[in-house]
Amino acid sequence: MTLTEDEMTQAAPDATKEIGKDRRRKEDQRLITGRTRWTDNITLPGMLHLAMVRSPFAHATITNIDKSAAEASPNVVRVITGADVAEEQGGLPNAWPITPDQVTPNHPPIAVDRVVFAGEIVAVIVARTPAEARDAAELVDIDYDELPAALDLKEAAEDKVLAHPDLGTNKSAFWKFDSAEAGTGGNVDEAIAKARGDGIVIEREYRQQRLIPAFMEPRSTVVDPTGEQITMWSATQIPHILKFLLAAVTGVSESKIRVIAPDVGGGFGGKLQTTPEEFITFLVARKLGKPVKYTETRSESLMAAHHGRDQWQKLTLAAEKDGTVTGFKVELLADLGSHVSLVGGGVPVLGAFMFNSIYKFPAYQFSVQTVLTNKTWTDAYRGAGRPEATYAIERIMDELAAEVGVDPLVIREQNWITHEEFPFTSVAGLEYDSGNYEAATARAKELFGYDELRAEQKRRRESGDQVQLGIGVSTFTEMCGLAPSRVLGSLDYGAGGWEHASVRMLPTGKVEVLTGTSAHGQGHETAFSQIVADRLGVAFEDVEVLHGDTMVSHKGLDTYGSRSLVVGGEAIVKAADKVIEKAKPIAAHLLEASVDDIEFEAGRFSVKGTDQGLAMAEIALATFAAHNLPDGVEPSLDSDATFDPVNFNYPHGTHLCAMEVDTETGQVKMRKYAACDDIGNIINPLIVSGQVHGGLVQGIAQALWEEAVHDDAGTLVTGSFVDYLLPTSADTISFDLDHTTSPSTTNTLGTKGVGEAGTIASTPAVVNAVVDAVRHLGVNDVRMPCTPERVWKAINDARGGAQAETVGAAAPHFDESTGMDGTVDRTTGGTDS
Amino acid sequence: MIPAQFDYLAPTTVEEALAALGQHGDDAKILAGGQSLLPVLRMRLNAPEVVIDLGRIESLRGIRDDGDAIVIGAMTQHSVVEHDPLVAEHAALISKAVEHLADHQIRHRGTFGGALAHADPAGDLGAPALALGAQFVIQGPGGSRTVAADDFFVDLFETAIGEDEILTEVRVPKHTGWGACYEKFVRVAHQWPIVAVAATVRVEGGTIAEAKIGLTNMGSTPLRARAVESALVGQPATEDAVRAAAAQAADGTNPPSDLNGEAAYRKHLATVLVRRAVLNASGA
Repeated sequence: MTLTEDEMTQAAPDATKEIGKDRRRKEDQRLITGRTRWTDNITLPGMLHLAMVRSPFAHATITNIDKSAAEASPNVVRVITGADVAEEQGGLPNAWPITPDQVTPNHPPIAVDRVVFAGEIVAVIVARTPAEARDAAELVDIDYDELPAALDLKEAAEDKVLAHPDLGTNKSAFWKFDSAEAGTGGNVDEAIAKARGDGIVIEREYRQQRLIPAFMEPRSTVVDPTGEQITMWSATQIPHILKFLLAAVTGVSESKIRVIAPDVGGGFGGKLQTTPEEFITFLVARKLGKPVKYTETRSESLMAAHHGRDQWQKLTLAAEKDGTVTGFKVELLADLGSHVSLVGGGVPVLGAFMFNSIYKFPAYQFSVQTVLTNKTWTDAYRGAGRPEATYAIERIMDELAAEVGVDPLVIREQNWITHEEFPFTSVAGLEYDSGNYEAATARAKELFGYDELRAEQKRRRESGDQVQLGIGVSTFTEMCGLAPSRVLGSLDYGAGGWEHASVRMLPTGKVEVLTGTSAHGQGHETAFSQIVADRLGVAFEDVEVLHGDTMVSHKGLDTYGSRSLVVGGEAIVKAADKVIEKAKPIAAHLLEASVDDIEFEAGRFSVKGTDQGLAMAEIALATFAAHNLPDGVEPSLDSDATFDPVNFNYPHGTHLCAMEVDTETGQVKMRKYAACDDIGNIINPLIVSGQVHGGLVQGIAQALWEEAVHDDAGTLVTGSFVDYLLPTSADTISFDLDHTTSPSTTNTLGTKGVGEAGTIASTPAVVNAVVDAVRHLGVNDVRMPCTPERVWKAINDARGGAQAETVGAAAPHFDESTGMDGTVDRTTGGTDS
Repeated sequence: MIPAQFDYLAPTTVEEALAALGQHGDDAKILAGGQSLLPVLRMRLNAPEVVIDLGRIESLRGIRDDGDAIVIGAMTQHSVVEHDPLVAEHAALISKAVEHLADHQIRHRGTFGGALAHADPAGDLGAPALALGAQFVIQGPGGSRTVAADDFFVDLFETAIGEDEILTEVRVPKHTGWGACYEKFVRVAHQWPIVAVAATVRVEGGTIAEAKIGLTNMGSTPLRARAVESALVGQPATEDAVRAAAAQAADGTNPPSDLNGEAAYRKHLATVLVRRAVLNASGA
């Protein structure tokens, strides 16, 4: 992969500072060699194992369960059905009811009398070995009466078939934002009506297909009830939230529960959940008084761990004839699946403030209807709400450009916020603190070779080349660093968005940092060590970052929404600063100077104007010994801090993608991908590259490869990696990446989140490129994933069904000479294949 | 995932393996490289009582020159076939197909005979074996017999190998000096082919003297595109001539419809891929 440095925009890193260094991740030695503990590696004396019996039906009544054969199977300790524990099992929590009248079905961990998706747990085997548990699971004899299943999102929204007949409707909640009502902009319907008279109205309907997070480590949970505390190990992103919710649901005192997320192998939002499997393991362990483990299979993970995305997006964009946007109206249908899970209903709401993106729209309206269906429940997946928004706006801005007949970058520049206008309050009511879209775009164009590729595209069109070239643009922004607690409160989210940290000075001068964030692949131990090393002037190697255990880092809100650095990192900075403040009077006392004369720099406390001083390690030892401290000073430097941001932060960037489309087969191939992201100041460029590369591929995969498909009976067809297509390195190309730097003003490090940026940005860039390659043939949309067959059909449909043997020469859809005076036709609908 | 319990036998000779197979019959499954069988067992789609592992039978491994044919032992790993100079020289079509078979890890475990005996219509080896007119040597309690490629593939996952028999080696007639191309159409690299075409061509002075073409995943078994083969003979190795002949590529095929494409799309792909494969194999 290529990583170029832009000397114009990024100062050379200070060699004496850790921040800015390409530190290799200190956690990788143990992760790569496997010399660590994953949840499934944990073995406890007398431990029992679970296997789940899952429903093969999407919707059915359970009429009888015969568990006698399973109970008689060798080494089976117990077989538990939903009816056995109906009174005690409680229900899974929904932490974000997006409206007061949200319809929220009960969510028992084990189905009691009815199953509502294929994969739901119906019975639990407890056995002495995992193999015996699995054998017995085959022997549970269950009678079902199949019920009609609500599977199609649009049909479900019309209540044709009910996912939960007892609720009387599939409509869970309707949530709306209107800029005229909020006072942040004008009336969108008026803008659209006006544009229908004398401007342009673009109407499109886009599909966000259902995706599966497909983290590397399947979920696993171990519960040990044999002590004063009940300890749960779980492959989760959210040990602290899990602890709180275990207490809330089960009634066990929070002080009697310890949750440990040991090394966790990925999540992508898929482990931002409290799961039936966790509650069941907890219940069984308490019931039997023995340690219990459950580890899911990959098939179970694909079927029953929450899915992501799954929306229909109805979009109406109003503009003046020259392409200046006057209003944008967004109407979503969002598929919740069978239940409203932890933050499932809130995912589309996280996108509500982002459909206006980097643009100055005078009027904006967003609404979402969340809908229950008989499919696996959906929830957060990398980007959560913001990829959906970015896809919609960046796709439709390309449609507007095509309509006006100008380059897609021209239409964006015409509508975006200029760098002089920051801080800027958006039509959705957010205050964007910093950014420079012009600089990022200029750099991305340069990296991409934009003009050369446009020239090649023109040549290929003119010669009727069988392989056409398309260029896709995505100028994205997002809101991340979840989140200001007050904002979350205003959106009816069940918790705050602060983060906690502790910094402990050990007598030997080593430092322990406790963070309430919970890494599952991000490299927190390395990046946070770099921050603390600089702040306290200690060696990078001398900093140990501890996390993921509620008994060690007792307070925190965990890792998701690109929050760990911008919120958690800032908490660490504040705790480290408190350590320095606590050390100063001790240093002054030992140096026989006034506190006011003590300066701290590069790990050394010195007396102003003298060469007298003491290192942080010396102060740490003196504090530990406590033989000679000033009166009234406690013998400890350890400090805690909790940081609650006042605003989100807003990474942005310009992503450019070139795709080759074989018009004969529909096969698409990436030719070039260049991006310039602005994520503020960078702590570790190597980790940032990893996040961007992985994020890009995950977003590209939505555009080209991944889709969770259910058959007419509601069974997941893409139930293994044979059919659910994840890309590998063989399917990707080298990316050309760079950064511009507009530091965030919402944290002192000036950083912005980078965990989701690549995924949010790349999907529309790729689809825009595919469409751009064949737009001159009459195609204006290809549904994701853009499979060769869909592309081929789109081309054929546009040609009126005729399978022409060669591509006729055609003019590009815009030409520089056309400029902004191109003739405008009203356009509606799209080619949906 | 954990398979259901089974007994495991690891014979060291073909005779021992045949005896075990005779004893357990229907209840036994043969394990070669395990790249298809193990997932099936782990997902509990099949639960044999006995698994007979051929991995310790050395006589089933290796590639040798046998006059007018090269002989590939059934338990020879794909990675060995991929890099074998005899195969490259005399059956280049097989080298080209194996090169794109699954991924490196699978090519190091999976075996040539195991894949052919599994008879997945989307497998990469059936079409080249069929096109090259391979002979399948099958050993049973009564001795060895040889089955022609045309008779070997019976149906979906079904071959001419009897319940009490084992595929021991595959004899591939030499096609020395023939051009070869395996055109595999996939969405991601490690996927089974949506459609693939195995073409090998002998060109004399710019004219196609002989052509043999196998189709992957265009029916329940690998298929020969015989109409195209005959139409090509005597034609110049040019785009137009090959295009005209390739138009018949989907004749008589019955491809599946699935997430990767409907049957009609696969038929279209077959005509395109046959043209490209033949042109490539002709050096055009």
